Amino acid sequence: MHIHNACLALGRRLTLLLLLVTSMLLAGQALAQSADPEGELATAVPPIDAEIWRQVKSGENFIDTRFDSTYNLVNPSGETWRQIRNRWISPFGLITVGGMAALILVFYLIVGRKDLEEPRTGRKLLRWSTLERALHWTVATLFVILALTGLNLLYGKYVFNPLLGDGIWAAMMSGTKLLHNYLGPVFGALLIVILAKFLKKNIPNKTDWEWFKKGGGLFGKEHVDAHFANGGEKAWFWLLATAGVLVIASGLVMDFPNYGQSRDTMQWANVIHSLAALALTAVSLGHIYIGTIGTEGALEGMTTGYVDETWAKEHHNLWYEEVKDQAEAPDPASSGSQQGQPRQPPGKPT
Amino acid sequence: MATMKFMCDAERCIECNGCVTACKNANEVEWGIQRRRVVTLNDGEPTEVSISVACMHCDDAPCIAVCPTETLFKRDDGIVLHDKDQCIGCGYCLYACPFGAPQFPGTEAFGERGKMDKCTFCAGGPAETKEEEYEKYGANRIDEGKLPLCAEMCSTKALIAGDAQTVADIFRQRVVHRGHKDGAWSSVDRAGPKTSMDTLAYDATRQE
Repeated sequence: MHIHNACLALGRRLTLLLLLVTSMLLAGQALAQSADPEGELATAVPPIDAEIWRQVKSGENFIDTRFDSTYNLVNPSGETWRQIRNRWISPFGLITVGGMAALILVFYLIVGRKDLEEPRTGRKLLRWSTLERALHWTVATLFVILALTGLNLLYGKYVFNPLLGDGIWAAMMSGTKLLHNYLGPVFGALLIVILAKFLKKNIPNKTDWEWFKKGGGLFGKEHVDAHFANGGEKAWFWLLATAGVLVIASGLVMDFPNYGQSRDTMQWANVIHSLAALALTAVSLGHIYIGTIGTEGALEGMTTGYVDETWAKEHHNLWYEEVKDQAEAPDPASSGSQQGQPRQPPGKPT
Repeated sequence: MATMKFMCDAERCIECNGCVTACKNANEVEWGIQRRRVVTLNDGEPTEVSISVACMHCDDAPCIAVCPTETLFKRDDGIVLHDKDQCIGCGYCLYACPFGAPQFPGTEAFGERGKMDKCTFCAGGPAETKEEEYEKYGANRIDEGKLPLCAEMCSTKALIAGDAQTVADIFRQRVVHRGHKDGAWSSVDRAGPKTSMDTLAYDATRQE
């Protein structure tokens, strides 16, 4: 009994001692904590302040839990691209292309078609070989498809979606994107070929300078000196050789996103692509107008390959001087009159 | 009408990636797509800070502005959704989005983008049936009166979702409790005389 009591007393004392020691330790820790707020600061999450946002913007020293992502927290370049595209390229592209179409219409209504002044001689000159014509029409067809689908990607949302309704519109846009993305590289390859093919004929010279100074004879009756290609044609060639190549290069950057190019690269590619493509589209309207309804005798050069002697004399006088000996008379042997032959009434006595 | 918003409290985020996993689980998104991600600045350094980010359902959403089709649209409650039937995979939303939210499965030929996928605030998307909706967009928890799973499962309640006003109120309470003078958006090392508020150990609820 006595021993039992002694044990109990010892146990109580030990418990008391343990409590005392524990509480002293805890108090010491608490004292240490309140005495050193800097210590706590060192392990606390840093404040989200201006410095952090600067770092976020700079894109330095971050990791992301996506398996292949390179995206920082906030990428402000997207907003810049949006403003450039929606505020500037979109409206001014419409003004440029629409304005060009309106100018051409006004020009056609006021000045009208440029007819040949002299009657046709019937003698033909070879202007475009079969290969050249095939290249031209392939590239031309691709260009028109790419221009229309490109315009649809930029403006279609405001025209065709309300017109067609979501279902047809969705199918139309899928087709548009497929055509644009798959025909683009084909156009690119062929444009390089056609540029190489026509390069020799499009080296600028002094005659072109004179041609431009006289406005290419756009107004009035005067015809300006020109070789095989006049100043305007050379300008179109060099526009395709510069803006056209830019369009192809920037297009390829966007067309194949599997090479790990960054989002910023694709944004700039898009800006360059749309600017150059809209410029080409606007100028192409002028090329198409002059080559078709704008000038008598121009289209047959690119369809049959041959132009009339009178047309050559009036539009490309210096070239005519060089090749006039090769003019083919309208006899049955020449290809020009071969095409005309079946039109003669069969029953007519000869 | 409420305006739905996400808010991630960087002072609470511990980079556990629970939100990322919860999102994957709730929406069964396809391989390679991860709608929510956690960005960590200065990983492993004393200044390390993490924040969870997905589509922020912007008021003036750049993705909607640049989409050439009508894929992206905003609901009345501010949730930005996408209609996969309209998407042509041009990637413009990806160019424009500041948060890297739109993602594309890159399984087509020549690296061509598939149909865009992004966070739906667990609100599904346009579809004929519930099954089709789940197949295309994942869960529609909003329809069931629930909040996005990422926020509901956040262990430290760093990520909060809901009506913008409620979210702002919760955050304001935290800021007051933490005792930062200028809200949570200030540095403790600011200029001027130091006060007890300049330490994070300061307890604003305690009278001095």
